Amino acid sequence: MDQLPQQLIIGLSVGATYALIALGYTMVYGVLRLINFAHGDVYMVGAVSGYYLSNWMVKKNAPLALTLTVVFAGSIVICAVLGFVIERFAYRPLRSRPRLVVLITAIGVSLLLENLAQLGVFFGPTPRQYPESIKMALATQVFRAGSAISLTYSDILSLSVSLGLMALLTWVILKTRTGLALRAVSFRFDTAALMGVNTDRIISFTFMFGSSLAAVAGVMDGLRYNVYPLMGILYGLKAFVAAVLGGIGSIPGALVGGLLIGLVETLVKAYISSAYADAVAFLILILVLLVKPSGLFGSQAAEKV
Amino acid sequence: MRWRLLITITLLSLSLNSCKKEGSGGGNANEIVLGEYASMTGGTATFGQSSHKGLILAIEQSNNAGGVIGKKIKLITEDDQSNQDQANAAVQKLISRDKVVAILGEVASSRSLAGGSVCQKFKIPMLSPASTNNTVTEIGDHVFRICFTDDFQGAVCGRFAAKRGWKKIAMLTDARQDYSKGLAKSFRDAYGRSGTIIMEESYRTDDRDFKAQLTKIKGASPDAVFVPGYYGEAILIVRQAREIGLNVPLFGGDGWDSPETLKLGSIGNGCYYTDHFHREDPRPEVKKFIDDFHAKYNEDPDAMAVLGYDAGNVMLDAIKRAGKADSSAIRDALAATKDFPGVTGKITIDEKRNARKPIVILELRDGATHLAETIAP
Repeated sequence: MDQLPQQLIIGLSVGATYALIALGYTMVYGVLRLINFAHGDVYMVGAVSGYYLSNWMVKKNAPLALTLTVVFAGSIVICAVLGFVIERFAYRPLRSRPRLVVLITAIGVSLLLENLAQLGVFFGPTPRQYPESIKMALATQVFRAGSAISLTYSDILSLSVSLGLMALLTWVILKTRTGLALRAVSFRFDTAALMGVNTDRIISFTFMFGSSLAAVAGVMDGLRYNVYPLMGILYGLKAFVAAVLGGIGSIPGALVGGLLIGLVETLVKAYISSAYADAVAFLILILVLLVKPSGLFGSQAAEKV
Repeated sequence: MRWRLLITITLLSLSLNSCKKEGSGGGNANEIVLGEYASMTGGTATFGQSSHKGLILAIEQSNNAGGVIGKKIKLITEDDQSNQDQANAAVQKLISRDKVVAILGEVASSRSLAGGSVCQKFKIPMLSPASTNNTVTEIGDHVFRICFTDDFQGAVCGRFAAKRGWKKIAMLTDARQDYSKGLAKSFRDAYGRSGTIIMEESYRTDDRDFKAQLTKIKGASPDAVFVPGYYGEAILIVRQAREIGLNVPLFGGDGWDSPETLKLGSIGNGCYYTDHFHREDPRPEVKKFIDDFHAKYNEDPDAMAVLGYDAGNVMLDAIKRAGKADSSAIRDALAATKDFPGVTGKITIDEKRNARKPIVILELRDGATHLAETIAP
């Protein structure tokens, strides 16, 4: 049991990524009732952009803080543009069609991004690592208690960044005019349009914000793990599950769902069996949904009729 | 970078051409048509692309030197998208539409099993560059390989651990790969009573955080950790083990081989893996291959590239000895391969159609591999 604090840290740190990606799923679902299956691949594009930016900055001998700023900001911009483009050209023309059509398009966009990234001109199929100097700096221990607990910069970074971004998102949604419009669109699409809300712009904003969060998650995981074109598949799936567990459409739900999946997964690996980690994690999901079909923080489906 | 696209386009147009022009006979009088199926895209695209590069290099060198038995070699490559069913379809297509006389592929054992049974059915010889699972060549008398088997490799790892005097071993295997489970099994048998396997943990392909398992392993304080997985995960495992302060040796099989593994630098110190060849091997074949590969692709070859290259050369050698572009003659010549001087060592095909060749154990030290031991078959 002396490993428990360490395992909790690991779980939260893994879950922070799921939470960030889950926020993107949940936001888009909130306004469009669409599961954006390409979202996991936007996360991948974020990691890939960060890879190129960090190598470029390291070659220029930039200081660590500046490098990290440029890498995060650059990837956010690239992914925000990508999110905008995906929505504008793949989803918007089909918005009045049956929802299944858009869903299939989303799968198409996802496959397109994965396979483009596998081409040598963009990235190639081999998993790659961010520059060693940055990785080393972030893997440094900042806190150590005995031999049982160690806390690295990347653990702190991932947790504080996801909590910070969630606070920012909540503020945007509750306190700004854009947030008000977003809530209106999410509450009733047609009525919001009739009330003078520019729904197209709000939807673009939603995609761009969600994609930026995915970019941050991508860079963070690129920094502590690696980058490869199919990295978005498994993480996209887990984050989607996190969003459903928390109640899809709910922002605190996505955060809690993500952290919970990370924790459960880690604790199952540590104390039950690493072979059954995914099976047990998903079993818990099924049980939660049986008891509470709308997820932990989900609103009742009735008002959406 | 751009030439790679060019090659793909050329190959594509070649295969389109061949389907238009030639109905039968496998090419015109001046060329021999060989087929290749490989995972050029999909989950294990890196293996397929690497072995493809090695193979292309072998064929190009042969064609530039005038070809074999007075004919040029034409290679038709089919992408199986890292998918077993596609592998089956790709081989069908190569045999029935392109009329190839022999086939090279696949790297992954699961896909070699799918493609191999088609080759066996049509009596077309198939040579796998890198499928190490034991069952692959048991398909029938037309399926060969030029690499060692998992049984041999796992046993070598087990004996190595015993010889180093490691008494408490923890294992971390990939639950989704037959390769990993196969190595773990033969390791267990060979290690036997030399010590105890105190803990067996697992992960799944594409997992990226192993700290939960590693923290648990660290708590059991083993002498060494056996990690029979592929390099994508193995690199992360080594890195994370060191991050949480698990500083014992980690060791694995040929799945570790990749230029990416070397980038671990000093973090990888004290890790070992079994492999097909050694980069700093003084034999002239090795140096020449690495230089040629570098000149053509401007990158370092990994084990898959070397095996692709050797597979190509063994096949060309068999055609030369067969003296004609005839499938059954090539099959017999392949079966009779003896002491072929490949980059991965002297290759002899045994009666079970497996390659008998030496295996090396490499030690990682400051971003380079050092020969720890060579073990003869």
